[in-house]
Amino acid sequence: MSKKVAFLQGNEAAAHGALYAGCNFFAGYPITPSTEVSEVLSAELPKIGGKFMQMEDEIAAMAAILGASLTGAKVLTSTSGPGLSLKQELIGYGCIAEIPCVVYNVMRGGPSTGMPTGPSQSDVMCAKWGTHGDHPAICLVPASVQETYEEIIRAFNLSEKYRTPVMVMPDEIVAHMRERVVFPEQGEIGVVPRKSPTVPPEQYKPYDTSFGDVPPLAAFGSGYKFHVTGLNKAADGFPTTKASLVQAEEERQVRKVDANVDDIVTFEEYMLDDAEVVVVAYGSTSRSARYAVNVAREQGIKAGMFRIKTFWPFPDKQIKALAGKVKGFVIPEMNLGMCSLEIERCAQGKAPVLGIFRVDGEPINPDQILDKIKEVK
Amino acid sequence: MAFDYDKYLRPGKLPHIWCPGCGHGIVMKGLIRAMDTLNLKKEETAVVSGIGCASRLPGYIDCCTLHTAHGRAAAFATGVKMAKPEMNVILVGGDGDGTAIGGNHFIHACRRNINMTYIIMNNYIYGMTGGQFSPCTPTGAKASTTPYGNPDPGFDIAKLAIGAGATFVARGTAFHANQIDKLIAEAIQHKGFSVVEILDDCPTTYGRRNKYKSVIEMMNRLKEVAVPVKAAEKMTAEQLQGKVLTGVLYKDETKPEYTAEYAKVIERATAAK
Repeated sequence: MSKKVAFLQGNEAAAHGALYAGCNFFAGYPITPSTEVSEVLSAELPKIGGKFMQMEDEIAAMAAILGASLTGAKVLTSTSGPGLSLKQELIGYGCIAEIPCVVYNVMRGGPSTGMPTGPSQSDVMCAKWGTHGDHPAICLVPASVQETYEEIIRAFNLSEKYRTPVMVMPDEIVAHMRERVVFPEQGEIGVVPRKSPTVPPEQYKPYDTSFGDVPPLAAFGSGYKFHVTGLNKAADGFPTTKASLVQAEEERQVRKVDANVDDIVTFEEYMLDDAEVVVVAYGSTSRSARYAVNVAREQGIKAGMFRIKTFWPFPDKQIKALAGKVKGFVIPEMNLGMCSLEIERCAQGKAPVLGIFRVDGEPINPDQILDKIKEVK
Repeated sequence: MAFDYDKYLRPGKLPHIWCPGCGHGIVMKGLIRAMDTLNLKKEETAVVSGIGCASRLPGYIDCCTLHTAHGRAAAFATGVKMAKPEMNVILVGGDGDGTAIGGNHFIHACRRNINMTYIIMNNYIYGMTGGQFSPCTPTGAKASTTPYGNPDPGFDIAKLAIGAGATFVARGTAFHANQIDKLIAEAIQHKGFSVVEILDDCPTTYGRRNKYKSVIEMMNRLKEVAVPVKAAEKMTAEQLQGKVLTGVLYKDETKPEYTAEYAKVIERATAAK
């Protein structure tokens, strides 16, 4: 049987990927360049008995999905830069209260209103450091429409598996370009269900670590009564200021992601086996990078690409390993050097890191990358 | 026989955090009596709050309780209610939480007329942070951030709710304790967004700065300013000067309720499929 194929925009693919993953609740607020996600889901969700809500602001949209998720719904919101800034307060709430949800953020220029219709990759640090306090961060950066579809599904799975907010952040080029999408069959891509409690309601504790670093989450309205707060909490969900408990809980929340980087971190290695110059790229920029690597190879330069698919947690281990054997890294990105800082941190001075930074709303073209590859001595 | 509040209280969570003389405990007891009157099932009831003294209330109630971020109770609660319309959803909080940082969520919950009940404990002050002025602090009053008297005019929460589209709006006071449960019960039974404002007091951060010599004096003020709506009908404008109406102030049973309207959206979408 031939698979269903469509010609879709990245944002549309994100909406359809969410539906495949079982999304049944969406709340959003109109913002360029991500509004198409809302438009598609406003039409599709009610068809399956799901709920679409356009809230009064970005914060409310984030709040609504967290509230809905606590009833057991699989939830999504979509936004872009300024909206991501507004949502940060409650992304932190999702982290500390450990509520699964997916935040789809299309990267446009910034800060502030910036260039709403221009592409950018300048939200990647915001994905990790945007909300205050120590917290886990998972952020996926798809590079094609097909990958956006698939990564949204993975984001839902990761958010359920690790009971934490997960971000999917295409740049505006990926979000708005149209490409062929081959839809997976039902069941072809696994969908991870939420870990539900196995204990009776009277014994249930929402943060009971005897079930591991990711405790089961009951649903409101399913017979379980429990308390949820944004305060530091004990296993029973009630606030605590007891130093040892707070320390242990904070560490566990970060550890549940950090100890599972091999399960979460994904990447693509392109012509890396004998590469002397490694271009580290993500999102639409990786498409220019691939072209530049191909041209470099034709010219006899041993270039390769490490494509980041999971920006957070950062692929530390892989970059560290590469740093010991290459002549240098080239980092093209549509910001003033965010990924580059991470590469420098991982390279620990073992290899030079050359950046190509564009924030003028124009994509980075292959020639720029090729020129930089040639600068590596 | 004395009323058994333990039925709806979480064991081991008392004493509460509220200061002696604070009216929040009176409101909580009123809420519990209302829940008992309506025989609300604890597992099917969500109590949602924001941040502040009043917002600590859900922690004591043995239901599905959600203590959210400052001002965000109405937005979280909207998500809960929309995802599970069969649940009873009750919001609680203070005046600063609900009408300043949460003002936008508040008016939009009113506008949607979503079937939830919002109990606002209005003590005219940010108590938890030490007594800064709120949008409900009377003009001229002293707060920790209005040392020369408050220059701001205040909100009338009930009028705000009515103007924004809430379909049941009531007001009581912490002094009139026996009326609170009846107002809340009627609000919960109403199909639509209901708001119950309870005029409260904060002896610790408001009273002492504004020359109230005791909690009794603050409570007596609530007694003196409150005029039931029925009684007010027979009073002149002059007599009503400085008074505050109490009871059910507004009720509209004709405006469509939001979750029911969304069920129709689902019907139309499914039919079109």
